[in-house]
Amino acid sequence: MSERIKVPTVAEFIAQDKQPEVLFWVGCSGSFDDRSKKITKAFVKLLHKAGVEFAVLGAEESCTGDPAKRAGNEFLFQMQAMMNIETLNGYEIKRIVTACPHCFNTLKNEYPELGGNYEVIHHTSFLKDLIATGRLTIEGGKFKGKKITYHDPCYLGRANEIYEAPRDLIEKLDAALVEMKRSRRNGLCCGAGGAQMFKEPEEGKKDINIERTDEALETGADIIAAACPFCNTMMSDGIKAAEKEGKVEVLDVAELIANAEDL
Amino acid sequence: MEYIPNIIFAILLIGMVSYFASNIRKMLRNIKLGRAINRSDRKKERWSQMAKIALGQSKMVRRPIAGFLHVVVYVGFVIINIEVLEIVIDGLTGQHRIFAPFLGSVYDVLIATFEILAFLVLVTVVLFWTRRNIMNIRRFLARELKGWPKNDANYILYFEVILMGLFLTMNATDLAIQQGVLNGTFTSEAAMHYVHGNSITGSFPISSWMTPWYENLSFESLYMIERACWWAHIVGILIFLNYLYWSKHLHIMLAFPNVWLAKLTPKGQFTNMEAVTAEVKLMMDPNADPFAAPDNDTQDETPAALGAQDIFDLNQVQLLNAYTCTECGRCTAECPANITGKKLSPRKIMMDTRDRLEDVGAIINKEGSWKDDGKTLLNDYITTEELWACTTCNACVEACPIGIDPLSIIMDMRRYLVLENSAAPNELNVTMGNIENNGAPWPYNQMDRLNWANEL
Repeated sequence: MSERIKVPTVAEFIAQDKQPEVLFWVGCSGSFDDRSKKITKAFVKLLHKAGVEFAVLGAEESCTGDPAKRAGNEFLFQMQAMMNIETLNGYEIKRIVTACPHCFNTLKNEYPELGGNYEVIHHTSFLKDLIATGRLTIEGGKFKGKKITYHDPCYLGRANEIYEAPRDLIEKLDAALVEMKRSRRNGLCCGAGGAQMFKEPEEGKKDINIERTDEALETGADIIAAACPFCNTMMSDGIKAAEKEGKVEVLDVAELIANAEDL
Repeated sequence: MEYIPNIIFAILLIGMVSYFASNIRKMLRNIKLGRAINRSDRKKERWSQMAKIALGQSKMVRRPIAGFLHVVVYVGFVIINIEVLEIVIDGLTGQHRIFAPFLGSVYDVLIATFEILAFLVLVTVVLFWTRRNIMNIRRFLARELKGWPKNDANYILYFEVILMGLFLTMNATDLAIQQGVLNGTFTSEAAMHYVHGNSITGSFPISSWMTPWYENLSFESLYMIERACWWAHIVGILIFLNYLYWSKHLHIMLAFPNVWLAKLTPKGQFTNMEAVTAEVKLMMDPNADPFAAPDNDTQDETPAALGAQDIFDLNQVQLLNAYTCTECGRCTAECPANITGKKLSPRKIMMDTRDRLEDVGAIINKEGSWKDDGKTLLNDYITTEELWACTTCNACVEACPIGIDPLSIIMDMRRYLVLENSAAPNELNVTMGNIENNGAPWPYNQMDRLNWANEL
């Protein structure tokens, strides 16, 4: 790792009178959460390797408002949305890629009605495209013989019907993709959505992330692949609770690919 | 004298159908208590969605066993209704098997099909009953099914058994009479009425097995049984029709409009609240005058509540959803909160909404107009504990075979709690405070958002 990757901001691009090819929307989790930052960095390394001219908003990025909207606070959501739209439209942003399905869903589906119209791409679809167009190549040798199960994030899967892009990427790793009992449109939630991430669950018999992690462990997988920083957190907590740390890893699809490339 | 049965039949038919129509009018009136919503866009997709999901039962068969059984009853129901049409015309005109002379051998095929379907329906109903009452299937054991909903489900099954039994017995005795006429045993004019031409009318692959039970009866006895079954069968159907309104079985009609009107946008896209947009725009507009007097023409109107506290705040499609719900519980079986033992059950959300709507309707029926009973859907029917347990994962919406959206009701009620009552759970208030102050759900400084880039 000789060369240090520089992460340019959109402001820097504009200062040079240039437009980035795509805006990487990092999201709150990807910006601040220690575990999620690793996903962000892995994805940036892949963008860099593929020679994508990306930029981030940096300090000008603010929460999309997703948790506020799901919690019922439409007012706060729209405040956030309109602020972000002002920033994005000010920079004439056309394409956005994000590693967070919640940001993805909100930017793609809920910003247009408030005046924000962009092509929004989830990072798994984006990576798949980079590979399809030959800008990124992966060698799967590193994961040979490993069993990987993929957990569908609700806001990527059911909410936006993206089931195959992350699976296609995993299959490129030469690993065995094993499905959980409940997958694709029947995939069980990790328990984080709808602002649940930020509160204690209501009284019940079991936590949702434990139920889902147990199901993932039943497949006998060595790796649980996720495509959402919040799912990642929930499943990682589930692995801790099941005392499987060090035996089973929870990794984002971007991390899997970056690892395969020793990035 | 000879027309008395026809007249009785006509009165019965008109009376029962009118009573049903008056209940449907009440139902429509109740649905209109909700807010108007425009779902008339993308018509082509809506028709094709209806053809596939409602008519074609495409989502029913995602659970193969229950789905297959349901298709049998569904096909049986739809096709046997052709026979009901003949029965109604016979009843009004005093004819017997009026379609037979017109259809010839096609008629035999039809009757045979009805019989086989009736038999299959009988078998299916027994299996349904077993699933519901003997096998411990989780979605049939939930707390919201205790009492009336469980009985309602069973009554329908008993009803089906009786109707199919009557239909087959009617055919069995009809065949016995025809055989008696053709072999010369029965010669009365009344008996001749059962035969068209000089061979058996209709083909009876199932009831012909039952005919030997009636072999030695006189024409009068056979006639009594056949007529009794005929009358009981058609009256049973009319009772069934009227029972629909009181039961979970309105779906046999409402599933079609309900699927047509279902949401077509991505499941993750939640509605935009335009009332809020107007306010936020005003807030963010540097030229807006904060002390401006409100427009005169909007002054008298009480602004509509933000979110939903009661059925009046829900939209008409949500209320139609409530009447359409068949309480199958596929939503609840997929709900992550319910699976892990939380109180939330999307099916209960739909049942509560209908119960509340019916309670409101009952007050309107009694008083002539709505009189506040001091209750609301929120709190008196659906608790906040249920609402806050939802992860908005859309599993319930995906699971519903007829396009019901329990999540939209949960969201509208959360909105009411937060926007009108400021009653979010405390941790969420902290989260929302962080978003408002630092642009992130956690208390980090927005200026530090790019710190990760230094760690590359």
